[in-house]
Amino acid sequence: MLSVEAVHSYYGKAHILDGLSFEVRRGEVVALLGRNGAGKSTTMKSVMQLVRPRQGRVMFQGADLVGEPSYRVAKSGIGYVPEDRRIFTDLTVMENLEVGRQPARKGAPDWTIEQLFDIFPNLKERRTNRGKHMSGGEQQMLTIARTLMGNPLLLLLDEPSEGIAPVIVEQMAETIKTLKAEGLTVMISEQNLHFARAVADRAIIIEGGEKKFDGSFAELEAQPEIRDAYLSV
Amino acid sequence: MAFFFAQLLTGLANASSLFLVASGLSLIFGVTRIVNFAHGSFYMLGAFIGVTLMEVLPGHFGFWGSILLTGLAVGLIGAIVEIVVLRPIYRAPELFQLVATFGVILVIQDLTLMIWGAEDRLGPRAPGLRGIWRIFGEPVPKYDIVLIAMTPFILFGLWYLITRTRLGVLVRAATQDREMVGALGVNQAWLFTGVFALGSALAGWGGALQLPKGGADLLMDFNIIGTIFVIVVIGGMGSLPGAFIAAVLISVLNVLGVTYLPSSTLVLMFVVMAVVLIIRPYGLLGREEVAGEHGQVGAPETPIRPYGRLGQAVIAGLLVLMALLPLVADQFLLILTIDMIVFALFAASLHFILGTGGLVSFGHAAFFGGGAYAAALLVYHFDTPMEIAFLFAPLAAGLLALGIGWFCIRLTGVYFAMLTLAFSQLVWSLAYQWRAVTRGDDGLISIWPTDWLSGTVPYYYFTLILGVGGILFLRHVIHAPFGYALRAGRDSPRQAEAMGIDVKRIQFAAFALAGVMAGLAGGMFVFSKGSVFPTELEIAASFDALIVVFLGGVKTLAGGVVGAGFMTVVEDWLTRLEYWRLLLGLVIIAVVIIAPEGIVGSIRSAWARYRGTGDEEVAK
Ligand SMILES: Nc1ncnc2c1ncn2[C@@H]1O[C@H](COP(=O)(O)OP(=O)(O)OP(=O)(O)O)[C@@H](O)[C@H]1O
Ligand SMILES: [Mg+2]
Repeated sequence: MLSVEAVHSYYGKAHILDGLSFEVRRGEVVALLGRNGAGKSTTMKSVMQLVRPRQGRVMFQGADLVGEPSYRVAKSGIGYVPEDRRIFTDLTVMENLEVGRQPARKGAPDWTIEQLFDIFPNLKERRTNRGKHMSGGEQQMLTIARTLMGNPLLLLLDEPSEGIAPVIVEQMAETIKTLKAEGLTVMISEQNLHFARAVADRAIIIEGGEKKFDGSFAELEAQPEIRDAYLSV
Repeated sequence: MAFFFAQLLTGLANASSLFLVASGLSLIFGVTRIVNFAHGSFYMLGAFIGVTLMEVLPGHFGFWGSILLTGLAVGLIGAIVEIVVLRPIYRAPELFQLVATFGVILVIQDLTLMIWGAEDRLGPRAPGLRGIWRIFGEPVPKYDIVLIAMTPFILFGLWYLITRTRLGVLVRAATQDREMVGALGVNQAWLFTGVFALGSALAGWGGALQLPKGGADLLMDFNIIGTIFVIVVIGGMGSLPGAFIAAVLISVLNVLGVTYLPSSTLVLMFVVMAVVLIIRPYGLLGREEVAGEHGQVGAPETPIRPYGRLGQAVIAGLLVLMALLPLVADQFLLILTIDMIVFALFAASLHFILGTGGLVSFGHAAFFGGGAYAAALLVYHFDTPMEIAFLFAPLAAGLLALGIGWFCIRLTGVYFAMLTLAFSQLVWSLAYQWRAVTRGDDGLISIWPTDWLSGTVPYYYFTLILGVGGILFLRHVIHAPFGYALRAGRDSPRQAEAMGIDVKRIQFAAFALAGVMAGLAGGMFVFSKGSVFPTELEIAASFDALIVVFLGGVKTLAGGVVGAGFMTVVEDWLTRLEYWRLLLGLVIIAVVIIAPEGIVGSIRSAWARYRGTGDEEVAK
């Protein structure tokens, strides 16, 4: 469904992604793992074209996304949840959801606000609250719900477990399983190996913008040296 | 009491058209972060298009239909301007956008002149609303009452649009984080175009609605833009309710001012704005502006390097040429060169505060003109010898800059720019209205240099030494620790503070120094011309300097100098043409879009590319 092919991305002169390649197949949940500064967020931004790769291709459903404006990437069916959430703080919950709303898309689950409220009951209670008056966990839910309003085929979740209470992290894991059950393809970036193992089918580990491992969690378990070298557990 | 009430109604009636125009500007700023100086031009277009349509379409339907159509037409023009001029430069620094909209003003001025001619048009009366109604015995025009009655609906309509429709939600979201809006699948390019068109349409409606009370003329754009900016800034940039409150406040104050304090009319609103900004730095209902918050930081600057051998040789050669100029040049060329040097020093002083300090001042002419006036007043009233009077030019300008800077430095961005503008308007109106001392627009004349400088050649050397000396001094300061601290404060105020730099204090000192240098230029100016008029203090004078700095290139001091030379020559040549504004406007827009680094910056980049040591990596 998504295939990143030899992508090189930069911030100014800093070379961040160094020929990164990987694939995400329809219906799976993939975890992108790596330490702080490994390039996980940059990978997601490079898919969204928020950072323009200077070389390489990002193929989604048979089309190369490199060079497209971000809104077209979103329209082609990729939903993006940034790590810093980027809630519209002056807008209410309902209005935040409205910004994300897009028409139904073939082959993707079609979300209604009611369904999203079922998944995220807190949001329902706070529907008329402004974004800035919400807790970190609630903001995290809102940003996911907002992206789901776009009825994506593929969801990019950048560190969903970061900075939220352990109870909410568990809830988040349940949520991702629900999304998978609905037929959504998901890629999450994580530092939390336990969380990743709980929700994902496969792990990709990167370091310094290069892929170091790609395989199942069982395979990762069998190679503790990789875990020790590239993950801070 | 009844009279007072009638006055109040007049003020409210004026407010409705002002509010329309101001809300358009506020809306555009809120979403695009562009400070659109051309907004007054859309208002003017609204008036002209409205008059023309009303002449063609008869009756009630014709009148109101014309107004409706005018807004749509102006909205369309706005959309075209947005697509052609602004779209390519959303990521450019603020100043570039300002200058580009300034280019649009010039273009629209001349196009309007071409289409409608130079004559003022009287607006037709609204059919069925020609007479007056008596309220408490006082006559109030019927049309005023209708305008007042309409305003709440306009406010409600805009409020509904912004708070209750999808477009409004997207607009508010984009105001906060446009990149995220894009990542959620909204084509912001069209959102921006739509908002710009809507804002322009509102200006057009404002222009058409005021027709029965005024008319259409070619000065409308500049006449309204000051007021509109004051309103939007007082209300808080981007806030519609703020714009409404401020529109009412300013209109009512203006009407009362005309009656009770006639001499205050030119400054009243600037005083109000200054007071509001000093108490509330972001306007009544505005939000704090954080630079770069909207993903709009300019390209990182290459570290400034001292000139290489070649550069130094070129500059030395130029100076020698200028020193030898009187041997070959005639009177005319010498005077032109004097103008050029004076302007170059003035521009360099603005560049210093703007480029190095990162503070975009809209009122820099206050110091140039202030210095000129200080010297001229001493000569005119006390027969002070030039040697002494001349010293007072930089001194007085420096003191003025200390005073104004004390208030302004605490603000940032657009608000800083507007407060400097307000103060320069205060200084201007002082020169314009305090006739007993300044002789108003008759100006101060016979301000000639002392005997030993009275020839053109001696005065040329006098200017050359002081002008070049001043510019070199500024250059020296930029490369001294003070200059580094100033730039650190511009690029990352927080880090600079953490390093122990008192950013505000450094900026304050730099502002004062820029004032001194502008005053020095003003002193050189007044004795070369022998006179000074309030025009030297006008907004237009400040803008000339801004354009010059920009044309030359913001990033290097040489930019201001080269820009000044370019501008002096080009203006001398251009203004002989009939439609010079159109040409100048197009040149400005072209420079913004094609060579955003300015003349000097572009040459430098080309040179660097040629040498293969490109800056282009950094510019991503
Ligand atoms: N806007 C930026 N400008 C310059 N460098 C950046 C920028 N954003 C990230 N970087 C650098 O790029 C590298 C990769 O960053 P990235 O955010 O992709 O890492 P990450 O794996 O998401 O880390 P984290 O787990 O901390 O979120 C880091 O070295 C970081 O310092
Ligand atoms: Mg990250």
